[in-house]
Amino acid sequence: MSELKTKEKTIVVPGEILATGMDYLPSYGTYREGDHIRAGKLGILNVDGKVLKITSISGRYLPKRGDTIIGKVIDVTMNGWRVETNSPYSAMLMLKDASNEFIEKGANLTRIFNFDDYIVCGITSVSSQRLIDLTMKAPGLRKLRGGQIMEVNTHKVPRIIGKNGSMVSMIKQATGCNIVVGQNGWVWLNSEDAKMELLAIETIKKIEAEATSSGLTDRIKEFLEKKTGKKIEARTTEHHEYREVSQ
Amino acid sequence: MSYKKRVDGRKFDETRPIEAEVGVIKRADGSARFKIGQTEAWVAVYGPRELVPRFMQNPQKGILRVHYNMMPFSGHGNRVRPGGNRRSKELGMVIRDSLLPVINLNDFPNAVVDVFIEFPQTDAGTRCAAVTCAAMALADAGLVMSDMVAAIAVGRVDDKIVADLNYDEEAYECDAGVTDIPVAVIPSTGEISLLQMDGITTKKQLFEALELAKDVSKKLYEVQKSALKKKYKVSEA
Repeated sequence: MSELKTKEKTIVVPGEILATGMDYLPSYGTYREGDHIRAGKLGILNVDGKVLKITSISGRYLPKRGDTIIGKVIDVTMNGWRVETNSPYSAMLMLKDASNEFIEKGANLTRIFNFDDYIVCGITSVSSQRLIDLTMKAPGLRKLRGGQIMEVNTHKVPRIIGKNGSMVSMIKQATGCNIVVGQNGWVWLNSEDAKMELLAIETIKKIEAEATSSGLTDRIKEFLEKKTGKKIEARTTEHHEYREVSQ
Repeated sequence: MSYKKRVDGRKFDETRPIEAEVGVIKRADGSARFKIGQTEAWVAVYGPRELVPRFMQNPQKGILRVHYNMMPFSGHGNRVRPGGNRRSKELGMVIRDSLLPVINLNDFPNAVVDVFIEFPQTDAGTRCAAVTCAAMALADAGLVMSDMVAAIAVGRVDDKIVADLNYDEEAYECDAGVTDIPVAVIPSTGEISLLQMDGITTKKQLFEALELAKDVSKKLYEVQKSALKKKYKVSEA
């Protein structure tokens, strides 16, 4: 007889028995051992029909094809740039993927991207040995000038962006800041008004802290309205920086 | 004469009071604090991250590095000389080897997971506290683990099998002597990933001690579990 041993949407710990019997199927973060399905990492249990999987809540960013991230230039080589990605591996931005402009042979590449520059870039491929290729050739991908970088938990990034970017565009609208959220947990903020920039940081930290609770969008809306004293209209289909890199 | 009452008045199968907490070091990717009696371990996990020097990299899977350290003021009044020594190097190795069976680092070729274990105070049983604490910190760091690892020192004092010896007990003087057996157990399967022994036992006493270690490790697993769940419960509110 198959039976679920742990409630859905609760935190599970490695080794914990999630279900018994052969009617349930192990998916990401779970494994079968004998008659039991056990948790293979710390996270939140999700039950989708008969499939059990775990949503990660901690740990470092793992590069995935199609992600848009914020990177930092750490080295300039013969044919491109090496970019720090806030993950266990650094990435490579090849010259041909960096710019549509003609770059002369032997040109000084630091003129395009210099050391310590932050860039919004897309991940085009990740090899089995975790060699990462980047591109700058998609809308919204660019060098970031000015502003500041803050770090958030990479697993909370989907909540900060919201459905179709609703959350981040709400913060932008309320504070007037320019915000770019990278999948790797780096967030870039820039504004003329320092107070508004601090409010945006406070809001993002609040979202990060309350990411697992429901009704978050309404609470954040209320919070921003109270802080700015302005009414926020619900707009979900606004243009925003974050988008999937099309292949 | 037999050992009738333990030096600190505990039952023979009783551990010292335990405290466990996860997420104590904010900058680390995973961290934990584990206190059992007067022995206290703090663990910080960093990584997976890039491994330098490069000649240490393994292109097939990530490696685990464990750094064990007793703070200078942590012992029984004698200053522990800072820096590594033969003992700390060996303990780093046995702790790593007891954790490796549950950790899957196949997704991190050429990378390293660093585990730093520090002891502000010690009263015997440090390697077991280290393993139990490191398992919590590694889970907190979001690594793929098939299970936790819980470790406890069991042993024999005179004619009695006891759990979780403290320093006074290890140094207890009696005719038959004292045997100290640190054991790390993988709770779900009951497999043993660390087994060392200092002293002599009969085969029967050893098996009796191992059964005791398995019972205690189940309790430790519950402690680890509730500590991990507690950290993430706060953020749900």
